[in-house]
This record gives sequence, C-alpha cells and structure tokens, in this order.
Amino acid sequence: MELLAPPLAGPPSIKTYSEREVYMKLVIAIIQPYKLEDVKAELYQADVNLITVSEVLGHGRQMGVTEVYRGAKETGNLLRKIRLEIAVNDNYVEPTIKAIIKGAKTGETGDGKIFVLSLEDCIRIRTNEKGSVAIG
Amino acid sequence: MKKLRHVLFGALVALAGILGLSATSFAQEAAAAPVVNAGDTAWVLICSALVLLMTPGLAFFYGGMVRKKNILGILMQCFIIICLISVQWVLFGYSLSFAPGDGFWGGLKWIGLNGVGLEPYTDYAGTIPHQAFMIFQAMFAIITPALIIGAFAERMKFSSFVIFILLWATFVYAPVCHWVWGVGGFLRKMGALDFAGGTVVHINAGIAALVTALVIGKRKNLEHNMPAPHNLPFIVLGAALLWFGWFGFNAGSSLAANGLAVNAFVVTNTAAAAAGLSWALIEWFKNGKPTMFGTASGAVAGLVAITPAAGFVSVVPAVIIGMLVSVFCFIAVTVIKPRFGYDDSLDAFGVHCVGGIWGALATGLFASKAVNPAGADGLFFGNPKQFMIQLAAVAVTIVYSFIVTFVIYKVVDLLMGMRVGEKEELMGLDLTQHHERAYTVIE
Repeated sequence: MELLAPPLAGPPSIKTYSEREVYMKLVIAIIQPYKLEDVKAELYQADVNLITVSEVLGHGRQMGVTEVYRGAKETGNLLRKIRLEIAVNDNYVEPTIKAIIKGAKTGETGDGKIFVLSLEDCIRIRTNEKGSVAIG
Repeated sequence: MKKLRHVLFGALVALAGILGLSATSFAQEAAAAPVVNAGDTAWVLICSALVLLMTPGLAFFYGGMVRKKNILGILMQCFIIICLISVQWVLFGYSLSFAPGDGFWGGLKWIGLNGVGLEPYTDYAGTIPHQAFMIFQAMFAIITPALIIGAFAERMKFSSFVIFILLWATFVYAPVCHWVWGVGGFLRKMGALDFAGGTVVHINAGIAALVTALVIGKRKNLEHNMPAPHNLPFIVLGAALLWFGWFGFNAGSSLAANGLAVNAFVVTNTAAAAAGLSWALIEWFKNGKPTMFGTASGAVAGLVAITPAAGFVSVVPAVIIGMLVSVFCFIAVTVIKPRFGYDDSLDAFGVHCVGGIWGALATGLFASKAVNPAGADGLFFGNPKQFMIQLAAVAVTIVYSFIVTFVIYKVVDLLMGMRVGEKEELMGLDLTQHHERAYTVIE
C-alpha cells in the first residue's frame, strides 16, 4: 500500500487568471521598419523599456512594394515590417498603445496594427519570480 | 568665371610664396629615345587593372560599414564613378589634367585623346605608350572621388551625387592633379614630391570629405543609436582588395618595371603591415581587445600614408610612417571626430586626409636621393627646405579643395538638393534610390 504515491501536491500556488488583482497583457505591434526609432523613443518617454523586436514579412491592405531587378518589375512582394512584443501590467497598456501610435502613425496605408492579448503568466528566469512583479 | 579662377589661383600661388618658397626647377630626368619597352608596358597595364580593382574594393570596405539598407547605395556610387569618370577622363578629364597647359590646368588640347597616341610621351613616361600612362592615370581619377563617399554615406540623393562627382572630378581633381603631376603644374615646378598621390588623391579627397560631411549634416537618429557596421567580413574583404590593388597604385607609379617599382612595392607592403599592427596594439592597450575593424582600418591608413613616399623612402622609414599613421588616424576618428561632432560617417577625412597629410610631410622628412635620384633629400637627410615645400603643397591643396568643393556642393544643392528626404533616409538608399534590396529575409 505504501507503494501508492501520495496525492499530487500540484504546482505551488499560481493564482488562476480570474483570481488575480493585477492583470497582464502582451502588446504585439506590427510597424513600418523606418518608424522603429521613433516608436522606441516614444516608448522610452512613456517609461516602457522592455521590448523585443524582430524583423518580419507580411502584408495587409498595402499590396507590396515594387522592386525593379535589371528592368523587370516585381510587384506584390511581402513587405518588411518590424514586430514589437511588449509585456505590460494592465495600467501600462494604454500608455504603451499611445506611444506606439504616436511613433508609428503617418496616416498612410501600411502603418501597421497593434494587437493586445491577455497574458497568462510571466516568469523571470534569473529569480523564478512570477506574475506582475516579473514583468518590469 | 575665368577671372575668378585667376584670382583664386593667384591667391594660392601667393600662399605658397608666403610659406617661404621660391620656385625651384624640378630635376626632371631627361628621357631616353622614345622606344616602347615591352616589360614596362606590361607592368603599367597590369598595374592599371590593379588600381581599377581598388574602387570595388573600396566599395566593399565602405559597404560593410553602413547599415544593410544602404549597402547597394555605396556599391552603386562606387560603380557609377567607374563608369562616369572612365568616360569623362578620355573625353576631357585627361586633357584638363595632363595636357601641357598653364600652371593651373592642362586645357583642352588633348580633348577626346586627340594627340594621345601609342608612342611614348617622354615628359611623363619614356618607355610606355602615352595611352598606357593615360589609362593608368584614369584609375587614379576614378578612385579619388570614390574616397569622398565615406563622408556623406547613407544620406545623399543619387542624381545629385552623379552631378556633384562629375563637377568635382573636373574642377577639383583635374587642377590639383595638374599642379602636382602635369607638365607646367606649379607645385611640380616648385619641387613638391608626391610619388603616387598623397596630395592629389588622399588629401584632396579627404578635405572634400570633411567639407561634404560638414555641409550635408549628420544622419538621423545618431543620438539614440550609433549604427554598427552591418558586415565586418565585407570590410576585411575590401581592405584586402585595397591592399592588393595598392601595389599597382604605388609600385605602378614608377611607370616602369624597375628597381624603383620594387622599392615602392616593398615599402608599401611594409607600411601597411606596420600600420595594421600599430592600430591593433593601440586598441589592445586602450580598449582591452584588438578589433578586426581597427586592424583593417590601420592597414588602409598605412597604405594612404606611404603613397606619397613610396618612391622616395627606404624600408625603415616605411615602418615608422606606418606605425605613426595609426596613432594620428586613431586620434582623428576616436577623439577629434566626437569632439567636433561632424558626421564623417565612414572616416574618409579621418583616414585619408589625416593619413595623407602625415604621408606628404613624412616624405619631406624621410625622402632620400639614395632611393630615387630624381627625387630629393628630406629634412632628415639634410634638406629642411623639402619639408617646407611639402608643407606648402599640402596647404595649397587643402585651401583649394576646401573652397571649390564647398562651392560645387552649394551649387548642386541649390539646383537639385543634395540630401534625400527624411523618410527616404530612414527607409534606406537601396530601396529609395535604386528600387533594390541587397538581402532577402526568408528566401
């Protein structure tokens, strides 16, 4: 009988999403590459300092640029964009969005999009801290 | 215009006079009977090809330093200069530079290579066809404006660039080239020594670089983000091609396959090596680690510095010239440039002008008739006057190139606008000026 394992203790208490007092969001923005410096400057102004940047390809309504190779036009290529990922506590969501718009907006097609996702958890690898303390 | 030219020219001659010089006759070696020598001709043609290769080499040297959105802009600027100046040179550039004209420039006597044939022209080179000398010099005329690109990289409009370069080659390069190397040129008559173009090529282009960097202004967003070179291996490839081509530049400038060419070859290699070593050591002591970028830059600085001296100094002075040029250029690019805040993006001024000035003055220190009887002794060989002559030639070139480059820039800027728009600059010159990209992302 002793061979039976004790009942699983379960992971150390992580509050479920609905139990939390501070919620977290993941803000993903797709912007024009040449606007990256402006957006970064605005984010620093808004005290948002932790961002991940990657170079991506894609297109929305703006149907690609025209590039010319030795006289042959190539249209409809996927466009280069910059993808920003910013994890923030709820109270930073609005300032982050405002900063991105302020930096990236030109008013022309192709300015990009911002997606806001609920963020289940965040763990700082160095310290094992979890949740909203780990985010900043 | 003509009057203005004469006034300006008079002022420059006066400047040379103030520096304590009287015209001394240049001991031009009387050439033997004009018979074409097969070995000499083969050597000069090979060297011409070597010097041509320096410009694509420079394109990679500079191209590796810019951000990846601008590399085609650099390659294209270098390549179009090869195309543009090759044509300009045979149509009128060579005539303006080398035809026996007045003290200022050569005039239009040899327009379209009229009278520039396959017989030797003994005032320049007694044993090779005149056209061999012409095509060798064409390669110098090509690389000189290409050197300036480093100063205004990543922000000049391509159409304006083409016009600017054409005017610069015609109104700055041609006269300065004539003064130093052309029959009747006043610096040549004065006895200024410039074996392979320290004054004509490097100081001239280096000063033009400083002027354009000052006038065009800084690149955008430098305060947040000092751009890192996007491809260091390209920089090394470019430096290696420059080193290789420079043997043609310097050893070819003897215009014959002879002992002088060998001397130039040996001191060129020595100075480049000493300068690369020196730069690496400076970084090692100062920053803790020697860098590839620094060592490659040092080698190029060494090549610049030995250029005017290659046919006049022996090997130990070459080591000294190489070792010290890295010190001067290192100070120029890491102390002086940040202090004054001009955006000489790829250090065209810091390496070519500073290195060129040191080389021209070092020629006045270390030149020896034991190396080249047609040259002169320098300060350390008992002839302080030669140092003053070198100083005067440097000063005259700096003043002229500074003023005329500024005027040309302003004229083209007024007519066409020199700088790309802010959005174009941020998007990069490859896409906005040429509708191409150097690299793909996924495929």
